Amino acid sequence: MTTLEEVQTRVHVPLVQPRLPQQAPLVVGGIAAAFGALLLVLGLGIVGAVILGAVAYLVALPVWSLVIEGRRGATDRLMTGLIWTSFAIAVVPLVSLIWRVIAKGAGRIDGTFLSYSFFKTQIDQPVGVYHAIIGTLLVTLGAAVISVPVGVMAAIYLIEYGKGNKLAKAITFLVDVMTGIPSIVAGLFAFALFTLIFGPAYVSGVGGSVALSLLMIPIVVRATEEMLMLVPDDLREASYALGTPKWKTIVRIVLPTALGGILTGITLATSRVIGETAPLLLIAGATDRTNMNVFDGAMTTLPVLIYGQNLRGDAPAEAIAWGAAFILIVIVMVLNLAARIVGKIFAPRTK
Amino acid sequence: MTAPTAEAEEASANWASARAGVGDRIFAGSALAAGLTILAALAGVFVFLAVKGASGFTKPAEVYGPHAESFLGYVVPLLVGTFTASIIALIIAVPLSFGIALVISHYAPRWIAAPVAYVIDLLAAVPSVVYGLWGAFFLAKKLVPMHEWLHENLGPIPVVGNLFGEPNPAGRSVLTAGIVLAIMILPIITAITREVFSRTPRLHEEAALALGATRWEMVRMTVFPYARSGMVSAVMLGLGRALGETMAVTMVLSVGFDLSWNIIATSSPTSIAANIALKYKERSADLLNVLVATGLVLFLMTFLVNFLARWIVGRSERRMAK
Repeated sequence: MTTLEEVQTRVHVPLVQPRLPQQAPLVVGGIAAAFGALLLVLGLGIVGAVILGAVAYLVALPVWSLVIEGRRGATDRLMTGLIWTSFAIAVVPLVSLIWRVIAKGAGRIDGTFLSYSFFKTQIDQPVGVYHAIIGTLLVTLGAAVISVPVGVMAAIYLIEYGKGNKLAKAITFLVDVMTGIPSIVAGLFAFALFTLIFGPAYVSGVGGSVALSLLMIPIVVRATEEMLMLVPDDLREASYALGTPKWKTIVRIVLPTALGGILTGITLATSRVIGETAPLLLIAGATDRTNMNVFDGAMTTLPVLIYGQNLRGDAPAEAIAWGAAFILIVIVMVLNLAARIVGKIFAPRTK
Repeated sequence: MTAPTAEAEEASANWASARAGVGDRIFAGSALAAGLTILAALAGVFVFLAVKGASGFTKPAEVYGPHAESFLGYVVPLLVGTFTASIIALIIAVPLSFGIALVISHYAPRWIAAPVAYVIDLLAAVPSVVYGLWGAFFLAKKLVPMHEWLHENLGPIPVVGNLFGEPNPAGRSVLTAGIVLAIMILPIITAITREVFSRTPRLHEEAALALGATRWEMVRMTVFPYARSGMVSAVMLGLGRALGETMAVTMVLSVGFDLSWNIIATSSPTSIAANIALKYKERSADLLNVLVATGLVLFLMTFLVNFLARWIVGRSERRMAK
C-alpha cells in the first residue's frame, strides 16, 4: 500500500512560507549605498546619487522578496521602504534649512549687530537689529498679556463651569476652527479695527499684539483645557468637602496642579506667534529707529525686518536677513526648550 | 430647576460665608466673559472685515488696476494662484505625512518614534518667514535644474506637457512655492494622522496579524479604515493652512497675471494672502478696501474648510464613542 508515501507527500505542504534572511534589508541597503557611492565617484551630483541609491533599494529588495516570499511579502517590503523614505525626505529640508541659517547667519552675529539699530547718527556707524529684537519682545509680550488671561479663563469656563452645555460646546468648536485662521486675516482684522477707530494712517505695536493674540488665544485655550481635564475630580471633591468655595478650589487646587502643563502650553503658543510676519506687516509697520512705545508709531519686529531685507535683495541686506533669521530661530528654540523644562519643574509632585 | 436643587443651593449659601458667594459669582462671571470674548473676537473678525471691505466689492474699474476691471476679474486669478499652490503642496505633503505618521505610530520602535515626532514638531516651530528666506535664496536656485528637466522631458507630452511650459530661469515658480508650502503643512497633517493612527484598537491589529497578514496588510485592513475620517480632516486642515499661508508665497513666487496651466512659468498669479502682503503698502484707501474684501473671501474660504474638517472629526469621534 502507499499510505506511507501519501503521508509523506502531505507533509510536504509547508507551514511557513520561505522568508528572506533577517539581515536582508541591511544587505540590500549596503549594496544600494555602494551603488550610490559608485555613481558619486562617476561624477553624478550628490542629490542624484542619493535618489538613485534609494530607488535601487526600493526596487531590489521587493524584487528579491517577490522571488522568494511572493507578491504579498514584496508589497510589504516595498511599503515599509516607502514609509521610511517619506520620513527621510521630510528631514532633508529641515536639516538643509537649519544648516543654512547657521552657516549664513551665525557669522553675522556680534556685539554691534545686537546693540545697534538701523538708524545711523554717524555715517560709519554699524547697523544692527537691536530695534527689531526690542520690537519682537514688546509685541509678543503684549500678545501674551492679552491672550493668557482670556485663554486660561475661557478654558476654566469650558472645563469647570460650562461642562457639557451648549455654549461651551459651541466655544470649543469655534476655538478649534479659530486655530485655522490665516495669520494675514488676523492682521487685516487688527488693521480694520484700529484704522476705523484711530484713522487711516494708524500703526502701532499694540495693534500687532491684538492681531497676534487672535492667533495665540486658541492655542492657549486648547493647552489649558487639556491640562484641566487631567486634574482628577478627587482633588476637587476633597476640597469641596472641606467647605472651600468653588473659585478658591480652582485657584488654589486645580490651577496649581495643572500649572506645569499650562505654562508649557503658554510658552509653546508664544514661540508659535513670535515668528509671525504677515499680521505685523499690516499693522505694526517697520521703522529704522528703536521704538519703546507700543501705543504709538511703527515698531519693527524680527520677521518683518527679515522680509524687508529680502525685498531689498542686495548682499549686505541678505546677510542681515540671515543673521536676524538666526536670532529668531534661537529665540524660538530656546522657548521650546524652556517649555519642556518648565513642564518638568512645575509637574505635580507625586509622592 | 426642580425644587430640591433650589433648596440645596439655599442651604449651601447659608452654610458658606457670604463673601465666598460673591467671590464665586465674580470668578464664574469673568470665566464666562473670557469665553464670550472668544466668540466676540471671531464675530468681530467677520464684522470688521465686512465693514471695511464692503465697498471693495464695487469700486470703479480703474481701482482694480491694469489687469482687471471688476472685483471678480481681480479676485479670480488670485483664487487660481491660491489653489494651485495649495494643491501642489497637498499632493506632495499628504503621502509624506501619512508615511511619517505611520513611522511614528506603527513602524518605528519607541526609542526612535519619540525623536522622529520631535523632529517633525521642530519643522512646525520654524517661523514662516525663515521658510520664505530659505525658499527664496536657497531652494529656488537649487530647483532650477529640476525646472529645466521637467520642461525638457515632460513638456512635449500632450496633456501633461501644458503644466511644464517655459520654465522660470530663477526657479521662482508656483511649483517651488508649493514645495515650500508642503514642508510647512507637513507637521499639522502628520500630527493629526499620527493621533488617529495610534488610536486604532490593539485587538484589531493583533487579529489581522494573527490571521497571517503582513504588516502593510495589517495597516491597510485595520488602521486605514479606522482612521479614514481623521485622515480626511487632517488633509483639509492642511489645505486650510496652505490657503492662508502668506510669507512663503510672497517671498518665493515671481508674480504675474498670466492665467495658464504652466506651473513652472516665469510669472504666475499670486495667492490672496501674498497679494495683500505685497500691495498693502500703497495705502490708497480704495485699494485697501479691495484688499480687505479679498481678505474676507479668504477668511470665509478657510473658515469653511476648517469648519468642515472639524465637523468630520467631531462626527467620527461621536460615532466611535457610541
